[in-house]
Amino acid sequence: MNANLKPASAPPLLDVAHARKTFPRGDGNELLVLEDVSLKVAPGEIVGLLGRSGSGKSTLLRLIAGLSEPSGGDVRYLGQPVSGPAEGISMVFQSFALFPWLTVYENVALGLEALHVPKDEIRTRSLAAIDLIGLDGFESAYPRELSGGMRQRVGFARALVVHPNILLMDEPFSALDVLTAENLRTDFLDLWADGKMPIKGVILVTHNIEEAVQMCDRILVFASNPGRIVTSIDVAIPRPRDRLDPAFAALVERIYVEMTAKPGRGVAARTERAAGSGIDTVLPRVSSNLLSGLIETVAAQPFGGKADLPEIASELQLEIDDLFPVAESLQMLRFADVEGGDLRLTADGLAFADASSDERKRVFARHLLAQVPLAAHIRRVLDERASHAAPKSRFLDELEDHMAPEAAEQTIRAIVSWARYAEAFAYDDETGMFSLENPT
Amino acid sequence: MSDCGAPSRFDLIALLLVVGLLTFLAAGSRGVLAPLTTIEASPVTLDPAHLPEYAARSTLRMLAGMVLSLLFTFTYATWAAKSPRAGRILIPLLDVLQSVPILAFISVTFVFFMSLTPGRVLGAEFAAIFGIFTSQAWNMAFSFYQSLRTVPVELEEAARSFRLSAWARFWRLEVPFAMPPLIWNMMMSMSGGWFFVVASEAITVGDKTVTLPGMGAYIALAIEAKSLAAVGWAIGTMLVVIIIYDQLLFRPLVAWADRFRFEQEPGTVPPRSWVLEALGKSLLVARFLRFLRRTWRQLGAAFQAAPGLPRLESPEHSRRLDFVATLVVACLLALAIWHTATFLAPELSWHDIGYSVGLGAITMIRVFVLIGLASLVWVPIGVWIGLRPNIARIAQPLAQFMAAFPTNLVYPVVVAVVVNWHLSPNIWLSPLMILGTQWYILFNVIAGASSMPGEMRHVATNLRVTGWLWWRRVALPAVFPFYVTGALTASGGSWNAAIAAEVASWGNDRVEAAGLGAYIADATVAGDFHRIVLGVVTMSLFVLVINRALWRPLYYYAERKFRLS
Repeated sequence: MNANLKPASAPPLLDVAHARKTFPRGDGNELLVLEDVSLKVAPGEIVGLLGRSGSGKSTLLRLIAGLSEPSGGDVRYLGQPVSGPAEGISMVFQSFALFPWLTVYENVALGLEALHVPKDEIRTRSLAAIDLIGLDGFESAYPRELSGGMRQRVGFARALVVHPNILLMDEPFSALDVLTAENLRTDFLDLWADGKMPIKGVILVTHNIEEAVQMCDRILVFASNPGRIVTSIDVAIPRPRDRLDPAFAALVERIYVEMTAKPGRGVAARTERAAGSGIDTVLPRVSSNLLSGLIETVAAQPFGGKADLPEIASELQLEIDDLFPVAESLQMLRFADVEGGDLRLTADGLAFADASSDERKRVFARHLLAQVPLAAHIRRVLDERASHAAPKSRFLDELEDHMAPEAAEQTIRAIVSWARYAEAFAYDDETGMFSLENPT
Repeated sequence: MSDCGAPSRFDLIALLLVVGLLTFLAAGSRGVLAPLTTIEASPVTLDPAHLPEYAARSTLRMLAGMVLSLLFTFTYATWAAKSPRAGRILIPLLDVLQSVPILAFISVTFVFFMSLTPGRVLGAEFAAIFGIFTSQAWNMAFSFYQSLRTVPVELEEAARSFRLSAWARFWRLEVPFAMPPLIWNMMMSMSGGWFFVVASEAITVGDKTVTLPGMGAYIALAIEAKSLAAVGWAIGTMLVVIIIYDQLLFRPLVAWADRFRFEQEPGTVPPRSWVLEALGKSLLVARFLRFLRRTWRQLGAAFQAAPGLPRLESPEHSRRLDFVATLVVACLLALAIWHTATFLAPELSWHDIGYSVGLGAITMIRVFVLIGLASLVWVPIGVWIGLRPNIARIAQPLAQFMAAFPTNLVYPVVVAVVVNWHLSPNIWLSPLMILGTQWYILFNVIAGASSMPGEMRHVATNLRVTGWLWWRRVALPAVFPFYVTGALTASGGSWNAAIAAEVASWGNDRVEAAGLGAYIADATVAGDFHRIVLGVVTMSLFVLVINRALWRPLYYYAERKFRLS
């Protein structure tokens, strides 16, 4: 299909211009999740939306699918504004979203039934789609009888059977194990390369950098708070792509650098900016075990205190959604510097790695109170009061002046977890009270 | 600040709650030990000023029933779960007991308890409380039994490896693990319970009528006096009572039991209760709880002394015990059959049996038609509500509340209409049977629709599945398992309600629909114990057979095929 591409002058398959999306918040204000996003998809293109969770990429996908409406800007498919689900755009979901009460065949046929296609045609087209995706023999099986990989194949067959022009994929491989995901990706790319699928363009949402490099012609890197596109990277590596190819590794490295760029741009910008300022930083929920674990790993050989993020990621089998928050927390606590895709431990970070359990707690407490304004603030309030106690709601209210209620709740939980490890102050969840007492 | 040791406003709230409870206990239990004549001397009156007292008394009976039910649950279900041999008998027995229409049995137990404490109010109170107990206990025991059987193996092994005694294991592991489903079932039991409180407070057997001061007696008097105003007062009072009950007892319990949930799903909002929060912040309450805990530990120490390691039986010994148990059960069974036969045979002919089965069939048709009609109305509405989280948040507790409301308070209103307009009782009394139980269908369907994953709904939208195709392929299958649970509960409740709903009176006017419920009700009024027993046995068999032949297979089918995992 992509062998006979349309000339470049033809209108793009999809044209998103200055789209923005806000959600109403409990307090009457609005939460901005997507800010001024523009993108075009040309025929024959696989476009990747790469970013961490909460960067609005799935929200953008749902705007394109017509499952929700943009708050500003517009989405055009073949020159026509998208209002509601459009014929010719179909979607593959992260959780497969198969109907458990329908067989493989019935799940696939459902989309055609909705289009009022004649019975005979439903049958031939459904069987063809099942056949194409490698599911022949499984027509009468129920989803619960299938493995995860097979279920997602049904998801693909169901999306393809309606002969869409654009296929939207919302992290379609992230719920699968590594081997199955790789198997499904290569099968999909083979079908795409052979032009066997009826689709003209693909948008792939992912948080896996290597997956994006392997599959996409163009990668749009997203940043969070609010979700926005920070950069667009063309992938010029010839297909089929080999992960061991130096060009492949170099591009992965480049994207890591891009995503950990210094202030002004990049994903880490937010944390960096906030480290010195007030209590308005949203803290990630990262357990102290993960922090210690990463420090130990980087301090040990072969890294010896400085590590390449892609290398750690593959060594520890961590995806960016798992790795970046840990790295950023270390940076915030001044145990490490993250720059240019590298993580380098500070002197205190190295000292932490060598310390005994009790010393670690002391070092951690010192850094927590010195580098995290919220921790210092809570400690100060507790010190000042005669009772040495204060309710959580007091701090929650303060935080909610700066952030969404869910983010405030998450930040409090994060600070509680770190403070408990550091024994900086105590918290009783039953009564919702912070105090300086140690639990009896 | 509230946290520095001085009494706080939370202490005040807690204190007020405790004082209120004590006053309520004292007012409610006054006169229980008095002879029956005092009831006759100070009869129930229609003066609304007495309604708070009547409501308090009814509520106290309800609480007493609940305490009994909990005792029963902790002993019976534990025994059944711990001893496979006992479980083989106890569990089917529980299943049968669940099918017996309790309302019909009140008359029998009433006579029994009155004979235990002749001439005292206590007997009638016992009978009423026992009736309430029987309407609450079975599903609680079932839920507890199921929980005990499904305690995660690793927790069980951890408890054993730390050599916890059986007593400690029960309170530290098994009871906490069973708590959330048990509390949910207590709530369901309460919902059913109110109906029986109202029904059991004015009991007439033959020429003996005893009215216990309470909401049920008040409504009975209102019917006799044809006072719609009094009926209105009763309905209003009941609404208030259920709200208070919900806020002061169940919401705190549910919020408290949330900590025992084994798995916390992310994204769900934990239940909250202002009462629990007030009590939790009160230092006086904390001190009192510490005292209770200490006492409990000392009490437990006595039991802890005994090591809880399981006795090992030799296979031969075990076989012999099995044989003895089977023999005992067989003897009891033979005795029961012989006893029933000799009791019924001389008085009843085959014709009587055929007649009661025929009436049973009529009631059965009525129940099915009503369940069908209620489903047609509530399934679409439930789906519509369930897909809108903002509306579901309001509608869900409302539907649960409606299910708890004892609809027999509303019966007189309908009966007055039927009598006045000379409507056919065979048709117009029927809706009464489902008045209170239809809500089970509604709130289960709402729960089903709102538990549908977002991505699955997006698929349907993305593929542009709409109209009847959407109902057939998406919505109805998604709520089906939930619907079956609701319909099953509604059906069971409707059979019970038939006894109260197929016969109704308004002043001196009496309307009656043909059916097994009316048959039992008539036999009760006539004091004809042979026919009461025949009616109860027939109805139990109907319920049992319908459950086994229809609802249970349907339930397993739905669980297997439609449940979203």
